[in-house]
Amino acid sequence: MGSYASDPVTAQVTAVASPSPASSPPRPLRLSVNGAMRTVQASPDTPLLYVLRDELGLRGPRFGCGLGQCGACTVHLDGVAVRSCVLPVAAVGDRPVTTLEGLGSLDRLHPVQQAFIAEQATQCGYCVNGWIMTTAAFLAKTPDPTDAEIRSALSGLICRCGAHMRILRAVRRAAQHRG
Amino acid sequence: MTSTALSRRQFLKTSGAVVVAFTVPAFAGSREQAAGAAPAVTGVPDASQLDSWLAIAQDGTVTVFTDKVELGMGVSTAFAQIVAEELDVPFGVVSVVMGDTARTPDQGGVGGSTSISVGAVPVRQAAAEARRLLLNLASARLGVPVEQVAVRDGVVRRVDDPTKAVSYGELIGGRRFNVTLTTTGGSYNLGVAGTARPKSPDQYKIVGTPVPRIDVPAKATATFTYIVDVRVPGMVHGRVIRPPVPGARLVRVEGAQGVPGLLKVVTKGDFVGVVAQAEWQVIQATQKLKVTWSTSTPAWPKMADLYDAMWAMSPSTRRVMAQVGDVDAALASAPRTIEARYGWPFQSHAMMGPSCAVADVGDGRATVWSSTQHPHQLQHGIADLLGVAPNAVHVIWVEGAGSYGRAGAEDAAADAALLSQAVGRPVRVQWTRADETGWDPKGPPVVVSVRAGVDERGNVVAWDYVARGVSGSGIPAGASTGGSMLAGQLSGLSVHGLDVPTVVQENYVFPAKRKTGEIVPWPQEGSPLRTSNLRAPSQPATTFGGESFVDEMAAALRVDPVEFRLRYLRSPRDVAVVQAAVQHAGWVSRPSPRADIPRVGLAVGRGFAYSPRGNTVLATVAEVEVNQATGQVHVTRFVIAHDCGLIVNPDGLRGTIEANLIQSTSRALKEEVGFRPSGVTSVDWASYPILGMPEVPDRIEIVLINHPELPPYGAGEPASVATAPAIANAIFDATGARLRAVPFTPERVKAALQSRVWPLS
Repeated sequence: MGSYASDPVTAQVTAVASPSPASSPPRPLRLSVNGAMRTVQASPDTPLLYVLRDELGLRGPRFGCGLGQCGACTVHLDGVAVRSCVLPVAAVGDRPVTTLEGLGSLDRLHPVQQAFIAEQATQCGYCVNGWIMTTAAFLAKTPDPTDAEIRSALSGLICRCGAHMRILRAVRRAAQHRG
Repeated sequence: MTSTALSRRQFLKTSGAVVVAFTVPAFAGSREQAAGAAPAVTGVPDASQLDSWLAIAQDGTVTVFTDKVELGMGVSTAFAQIVAEELDVPFGVVSVVMGDTARTPDQGGVGGSTSISVGAVPVRQAAAEARRLLLNLASARLGVPVEQVAVRDGVVRRVDDPTKAVSYGELIGGRRFNVTLTTTGGSYNLGVAGTARPKSPDQYKIVGTPVPRIDVPAKATATFTYIVDVRVPGMVHGRVIRPPVPGARLVRVEGAQGVPGLLKVVTKGDFVGVVAQAEWQVIQATQKLKVTWSTSTPAWPKMADLYDAMWAMSPSTRRVMAQVGDVDAALASAPRTIEARYGWPFQSHAMMGPSCAVADVGDGRATVWSSTQHPHQLQHGIADLLGVAPNAVHVIWVEGAGSYGRAGAEDAAADAALLSQAVGRPVRVQWTRADETGWDPKGPPVVVSVRAGVDERGNVVAWDYVARGVSGSGIPAGASTGGSMLAGQLSGLSVHGLDVPTVVQENYVFPAKRKTGEIVPWPQEGSPLRTSNLRAPSQPATTFGGESFVDEMAAALRVDPVEFRLRYLRSPRDVAVVQAAVQHAGWVSRPSPRADIPRVGLAVGRGFAYSPRGNTVLATVAEVEVNQATGQVHVTRFVIAHDCGLIVNPDGLRGTIEANLIQSTSRALKEEVGFRPSGVTSVDWASYPILGMPEVPDRIEIVLINHPELPPYGAGEPASVATAPAIANAIFDATGARLRAVPFTPERVKAALQSRVWPLS
């Protein structure tokens, strides 16, 4: 599972490695978010999380640590799960961004959302975005995972309430329904 | 009838799918708030008015108002079940408004696993009374005595002619009942009653069933409103900067010039806050500011010496909580005594989402959106902080991340209030990870010391138990004064410390027995090591001491630890829960430690612990693997038997118990707040690690014991209290090494393993 893309260390390196354009004047950036082109005013070094939440009004990705440690802010960047709290918006480029809202909706649930609801796999649910988005990206590459593969793939995520057992059941259910 | 028929059709249409339950707004308050429509400031609703508790709309939908709030365990769903049951309406038409000082009666907020056992009682009474009144109205409308009508799904029909019918919506829809209830008690113990008698449990059709939680579909699709999602017109963003150590005084703040978007740097005493137009701007501004503090050395012992230091201090409070017989005489004459001491560290709530609040202060009034567990107390706390009358403050609860006690929510609300007051605009304060983990009020450390006397036949003749904590709950659970919040303390208000000695709950029958709670002084003001309630406040610690010690006694007497406990338990529910757990686990009677412990490599064992919490009782069996080379402990299996009286929602209950076992395993194996003279060193998930997916148990098996003849007791906290001793006892069984301090880190486990003397006795 070494290739797993939402590794927080990788995400942090991305953030550190990007140039620091803090002083450059804001110019509109174009982003593809949930299938639509959006223009945003944020400065280029603004982490994608704040752009998605504060400018575009999206609620799926949530602030948990701002350090790439917990995964509550996870979004898909061209299908790869990344941590939006440490990704400067300028680094997104033309890669399409998908948030939990874009993954599926109440009337058109993604199989992973369906499975999390069926298994009632939350307590407070604050972290659930990270688990669903990471699971969706993981199952897209590994449609028939073993339990050990699931645990390893989800090892970089945090749930303070301890909903892990139901999350594991939800991931297994989603894998079965996909397969 | 039309409106009810319509709403029933809507309900049936949607009730086939899980998503449907949520088409009814579960948190009407949150939605309105998100739209920015702050309701006018009014007084607290009158609990004696039925209309303060529930409202029925023309379409038959029912709204319930309660001060109890959802912490992620499904309480809102349980409230909807209870009201649907008493009113005889479909579950799906009930929505729940929680924790709004202008809309919900004061029930004292949430704590102690009492939301259902205490908080739902007046709601149930109000719903029963509403049903009685509605049947009387229907009887008049349908022209037959009330005995000759029957209600189902919110439609009342004549028994002799079911085509003659009238719906609740037609009878009262959109209008007030204007009925006064009898009230008893107040705040936490508020009760109300009309003349109706709530249903008896044998009539229940909705209570007791595993209906899906009303909040999960929205949470899984990002349509739910959390506190972090609240946006109000004109809102700007705030952050706070804390002193590095308690006692450090603010000297100066520099570097504010030219920071993009910066609106104001706010200081008040040692409180420092920053307000900027956009969130990223305020984050950058806090990083660019140069804040100078005076030096300070906190009066903390060395972290490694914490328990010895606490034990060496003179208690400021000592209270004997229970006493049977002459303990001192029995100990003095006992042929054998056994003694041990246990330590439990500072632990953080480490809330998943750092605290967040929005405040709109101006013109002598304030509206505050907060994930507080105590909206009505916070109303008074904010009023005190701002110097305005309580009825000029409107606190609106919006769900946050699972808080599990007094985390940072109230402090963030105070931060937002001070900043909004300073800039005259609505301010949203989002704490950082370091603010939350580093500065939440901590679960306090506890030292437990137990001494027992045993006679020649191996009977316990005396039991002397002491639990020593620090300054009780230094921060009251409900922030009803300005000084009980960090911003208040830093700006010069004094904290009103509480000295509430803590003690263990157990029901062992020993001929002589004493339980003592002690408090030693601990500096609380403006400190990252201030303490307050963390899930099942201090009982994980006190039960860790008690149930580890019972195990040590059983081991010293070479008796199976379950058999040993059953010799001294008399309460039928205690005995039943112990037996249910061991039967399900396939427990084989033998003393601990096991006879065939390998000196190296993987060791496996089983451990047991039992405890009451309030009127709930539970028993936990842990099976562990101990890697004797690394000191790593892995729980392979938990079995828990859990009796919380009447079960309202078995699936919700299982989810909460399962999560509680995992969180308490995390606390037992990993969690300890680090500190040095330079401050708290646990500030994020790397420096305060919790249990992750690779480490969670392989299996959790839950045995629910339902008692329909009893009231529903609490379930939010109890399953957490026996986990640490069950694991410690299992480690002892597997290896012969006794862990007397939490957490059971690899270093501690290795040290305990190395201190074994072979052959083990």
